[in-house]
Amino acid sequence: MATRASEQLRVLTGHQAVAEAMRQIEPDVVAAYPITPQSEIMHYFAEFVANGKVRTELITVESEHSAMSACVGASVAGARTMTATASQGLALMIEIVYIASAMRCPIVMAIANRALSGPINIHCDHSDAMLGRDAGVAQLFAEDAQEAYDFMIMAQRIAEHPSVLLPVWVNLDGFTLTHTADVVELLEDELVKEFVGEYKPRYPLLDVDHPTTQGPFALPEYYFELKRQQVDAMESVPQVLLEVQAEFARLSGREYQGFFEPYYLDDAEYVIVVMGSTAGTTKEAVDTLRARGEKVGLLKLWLFRPFPREEIAAALEGKRAVAVLDRALSLGNYGPLYLEVSSALYEAQRRPRLYNYTYGLGGRDTTAKQLEAVFMQIQEKTFGKEMHYIDLRE
Amino acid sequence: MFKSYKDLPLGGVIEAAPDRTKKKTGDWREEKPLWDEAKCVNCLLCWVRCPEAAILVEEGQMAGFDYDYCKGCGICAHTCPTEAIKMVPEEEEVPEQARVRAKARRDGNKSK
Ligand code: SF4
Ligand code: SF4
Repeated sequence: MATRASEQLRVLTGHQAVAEAMRQIEPDVVAAYPITPQSEIMHYFAEFVANGKVRTELITVESEHSAMSACVGASVAGARTMTATASQGLALMIEIVYIASAMRCPIVMAIANRALSGPINIHCDHSDAMLGRDAGVAQLFAEDAQEAYDFMIMAQRIAEHPSVLLPVWVNLDGFTLTHTADVVELLEDELVKEFVGEYKPRYPLLDVDHPTTQGPFALPEYYFELKRQQVDAMESVPQVLLEVQAEFARLSGREYQGFFEPYYLDDAEYVIVVMGSTAGTTKEAVDTLRARGEKVGLLKLWLFRPFPREEIAAALEGKRAVAVLDRALSLGNYGPLYLEVSSALYEAQRRPRLYNYTYGLGGRDTTAKQLEAVFMQIQEKTFGKEMHYIDLRE
Repeated sequence: MFKSYKDLPLGGVIEAAPDRTKKKTGDWREEKPLWDEAKCVNCLLCWVRCPEAAILVEEGQMAGFDYDYCKGCGICAHTCPTEAIKMVPEEEEVPEQARVRAKARRDGNKSK
């Protein structure tokens, strides 16, 4: 493919890959506050701003609450807007994230996933991402730096699609992906610019000839209907994602087809469902067990919100057993991803036995050996339905 | 009234600028500012800080208050370096002269 020849292979950390995507997109406004393990995304991006590589207005603020507020202001004014954060920073933003969604601000946000305090910890898990589960943001999870880069570019198109107009989060595992170097194939700057196009806001506040009132008070006569609009917006994400993926494949040669990546899934009898970098580790476990003739496979979820219920149910229906791996707790019930998968399977005719594992909280490493053990455990029909914990000192 | 949620502008946007002159927010006041012209040095700090643009100014001169919109927050009185503004209970009479003067200035301002 002609476009592929002009791509550049680079050794980049996840931070750099995300910052490069931001440089190529060149948003009008970025507002951010530093937090481990996100900070370097903004270090690199600030360097692009300082060196005149982008004309972005970079607003440095005193907290993530202000960062998100500045993003909403900029987005409403008509600017293409981005930010990045993690963990406590995201927790501090979350009040305004709900407002960004309700005000239909297509803000693209990179989330360098990190555990939530307490106890205080800076390492990876998905607790922070789960803060956005009900907030009205579309959420993608990347397995590696390449996916993080690609998703940042695709996220821009999804967020700004007229039937969506919602914030989109690109989740990448803190440290595991942000701080490690990987080979990443970058697209030509011009191709990315062309792909994301120009942002044409519907009601730019700076259009003084057509004044509007944004974010007005909505009393009981209006609130419910405005929330219903957000439901529609979320429900249009899957179709838009498919279109954007197809277009992106023509541009990059990288095929993302659908809401999850199946790995030896079709004929698998025993399946792991997981998001983020641990999918890579699971592939290794699958390879080992497949070499021994075990019918195991992986469903690596890209799109967590909106949750692709029907597609997940169709992919898992008829399997013997499925282990859903959660890298976050929903204290008081099974893990959040498990609850999603099990509710998706409720309508299925041939439901698999379903198990829930919690793994990797606060950055604990998960090895391929441990995941092989998961595949073996769920083959036992008598295996307990209680929550299981990988590599925990019971 | 709209029939479906789809008829509402996206995100509840109101396709018009708010006309804040319609709502006479002066109704909300419990205390009001009074101006002592003799003490005023015309620094206009009150004008800078009034959150309601209720300080009337004519040809660069402090000219009283627009009581239709003054919410009685007291910021002007607090700000005034010469104590030329004091807050008094809403019921207290505003000297006729000050009221008439302020009104005349305001109408004058508006006609410009
Ligand atoms: S009391 Fe408040 S609103 Fe009224 S004139 Fe003074 S500063 Fe303005
Ligand atoms: S702050 Fe006081 S002195 Fe200054 S213009 Fe206002 S009333 Fe006059």
